[in-house]
Amino acid sequence: MRNKGFSSVVRNEMKLTLPSYSVNEGVARAVVAAFCAQLDPAASELADVKCAVSEAVTNCIVHAYRDSVGSIYITVKILEGNGVRIEVRDRGCGIADVKAARQPLFTTDPSGERSGMGFTVMENFMDILRVRSKPGKGTVVIMFKRFAGRGENK
Amino acid sequence: MMNSNCGFEHEYNEGELYVRLRGEIDHHSAAMLRGDIDTLIYEKRPQRLLLDLSGVGFMDSSGLGLIMGRYSLVREFGGSMAILDPAEPIMKILNLAGIKRIIAIEKTKGAKKK
Ligand SMILES: Nc1ncnc2c1ncn2[C@@H]1O[C@H](COP(=O)(O)OP(=O)(O)OP(=O)(O)O)[C@@H](O)[C@H]1O
Ligand SMILES: [Mg+2]
Repeated sequence: MRNKGFSSVVRNEMKLTLPSYSVNEGVARAVVAAFCAQLDPAASELADVKCAVSEAVTNCIVHAYRDSVGSIYITVKILEGNGVRIEVRDRGCGIADVKAARQPLFTTDPSGERSGMGFTVMENFMDILRVRSKPGKGTVVIMFKRFAGRGENK
Repeated sequence: MMNSNCGFEHEYNEGELYVRLRGEIDHHSAAMLRGDIDTLIYEKRPQRLLLDLSGVGFMDSSGLGLIMGRYSLVREFGGSMAILDPAEPIMKILNLAGIKRIIAIEKTKGAKKK
């Protein structure tokens, strides 16, 4: 099965497009968290989602659209069985070697202010992380998470 | 100019610079915090930097970069550093990055410094 244990039945869906201004990092994670709240997740689960979304969106801003402003496309789907699928897509510079980029501490940032832990956070705080990228075309990050909370989407 | 959802207070006492961050630390806010904190570090050249995270409600990997960057700077001046009282979700990302192997993380149990 492609998305281990996650239903493909979509119960609710949200789309959000934001320009790559850094102030939108906080906007994106707050909106996604508000949308996920309908599943009644635990506070720690919601904190994990916020952090993962913040990582993906920040990467669009600091890497994908490094020297420009572009659109960040976010899609969130509530899946049957208390799961969420979060997609963050950009049309930025792309990643030449995704496998290398996903390694802990890997960063191409020369400023010394980046830890190279963004993908590691997404991987650890979510249940599934998929990254597809084409240099010059852009990057898609897809994350799944299931909430243990009893909340049912009615 | 966009509003920021973060800030900090500080105290300086005999070589010890105490900085209490509050709000949400991400790439957006870290850029501003960095400049202001570094100004203080350059000015005071502290023997010890205490970074109180008890008022931080959110932090992502940009916060890790902020912490490690200040650690490097303080070390350049021969100083040391400790992190105080991170809340549970902040502790989770600090642990993921293995920060405590490099910087001491201290619990002061709500007792405001010392
Ligand atoms: N959307 C993207 N577009 C282009 N390159 C990306 C994108 N996302 C990640 N990268 C590349 O992958 C590397 C690793 O990303 P990751 O988020 O793990 O670390 P970082 O962003 O460098 O540092 P940190 O997230 O800890 O601040 C980046 O340095 C960058 O080269
Ligand atoms: Mg990153």
